[in-house]
Amino acid sequence: MTVSRFWRKIPHRYNLIGTHCTNCGEYYFPPRQMCPTCRRDGKIESYQFEGKGEVITYTVIHTAAKGYANQVPYNLAIIKLNEGPSLTGQVICEPGELEIGTRVRSVFRKLGEESEKGMIYYGTKFVVE
Amino acid sequence: MRDVAIIGTGCTKFGELWDRSLRDIFVEAGVSAIVDAGIQGEEIDGLYMGNMSSGRFVEQEHVGSLIADYSGLASKLHVPATRVEAACASGGLALRQGILAVASGYADIIVAAGGEKMTDVDLDTATDALAAAADREWEGIMGATFPGLYAMIARLHMHKYGTTSEQMAAVSVKNHHNGTMNPIAQFRNEITLDTVLQSNMVADPLHMFDCSPISDGAAAVVLAPADVAKKYTDTPVYVKATTQASSPISLHDRADITTLDASMVAGQRAYKMAGLTPDDIDLVEVHDCFTIAEICAIEDLGFFKKGDGGRASEDGETAIDSSIPVNPSGGLKACGHPVGATGIKQAVVITEQLRGTAGKSQVDGAGIGMTHNVGGSGGTAVVHIFSRDR
Repeated sequence: MTVSRFWRKIPHRYNLIGTHCTNCGEYYFPPRQMCPTCRRDGKIESYQFEGKGEVITYTVIHTAAKGYANQVPYNLAIIKLNEGPSLTGQVICEPGELEIGTRVRSVFRKLGEESEKGMIYYGTKFVVE
Repeated sequence: MRDVAIIGTGCTKFGELWDRSLRDIFVEAGVSAIVDAGIQGEEIDGLYMGNMSSGRFVEQEHVGSLIADYSGLASKLHVPATRVEAACASGGLALRQGILAVASGYADIIVAAGGEKMTDVDLDTATDALAAAADREWEGIMGATFPGLYAMIARLHMHKYGTTSEQMAAVSVKNHHNGTMNPIAQFRNEITLDTVLQSNMVADPLHMFDCSPISDGAAAVVLAPADVAKKYTDTPVYVKATTQASSPISLHDRADITTLDASMVAGQRAYKMAGLTPDDIDLVEVHDCFTIAEICAIEDLGFFKKGDGGRASEDGETAIDSSIPVNPSGGLKACGHPVGATGIKQAVVITEQLRGTAGKSQVDGAGIGMTHNVGGSGGTAVVHIFSRDR
């Protein structure tokens, strides 16, 4: 991922900042410029999520994505945040510790790196609460 | 709008075609289809080509004009050529664009083709190119792979409906069995449940044999107005429905992760357009990029009740001699999945079935067939219904 593309996401990815539509009351993560429910009638503002939620579904990745080979096996989950929206993220725990319904909270971690001298990616992962 | 028919088909072998390039296989499939239809280059009004990621796989963009050129249609005839991209649904969408062009009256003879050359790069690069069909910035960056996304669908399907690994494996066993009867298939060997269950875990609960392979291949069909189709062939196959639907690109944004609602909606729109119900469909080629994807597809398209797809697959209710044969070609699993080609290959398979020329995998009395092509983890779905009778 290029520096500029990553840089644009830093506030959201580092701080779990999404958006809230004050018209319909829905919360969104990743952030939206336009409310998918109200569309142009929506009024979007920034919202910092508490970072707590529950595992909706998960997998243990054995054949890694490019750049993630040194992490296998790793847990990948869809997490429903308390405020409503769901997101995809890694959960740091032993494979087998995770179940559907497990309560998790967000932590700030290294996601990956481009190469030894390349860019390091940081962002949100989750741990069992 | 005018009715549209398929008057010719062509398809390369699917597999690791290291001795041929993307342009070679596209031209091979296209020329076969043109010969099958008995048309001349001068009659072709346009080309639509499904291709997901030639830039990543062979470092070549602008494949519309490239293929028109190497088909001999660019230098004197200047035939317009359009590339269509919707990840793994690129082929189905190219077919749909071709049908719309003929139906609108803007064009008469259209060649709709699809192709992908995936084995010219190493596995890491291929996996990464495929990951671009998901949301790179909010799924891919978190370490998501395509098998990983479908594994999360599978996990929840198992949790909600009691679907088992054995039921998913049964899909793979059935599709490999069908593949043995398909001369173009990448894999033409029988496998057992144990082959699937003992293969490497890719993304729990999906084993390697739950996943479709990395493949090369191309397919093409020739489209014409239904009114003149009989001029070209005794066995035209008529398009009864062409539909498409979108869903949020990220799996985590879907209302129900075990339902690919783009498939469901595209299916419902197709039944409505054709004036048919799932009971009227004699056979279907569905998008089984993973075994769980076939289970979801046969539920989402209305052939089985939600949650019943695993049991039905295990009980042989989707076999070639059942009431709804699913993937008689071997599907993406055994036939192979050159991503841009798949949607067109499905139409080629159904055309052969409706013409009665499908050989050993022929479904008795096939009169109405359906194709179902999915992009990504369900961000796009394209459904077609074809009929032997107008």
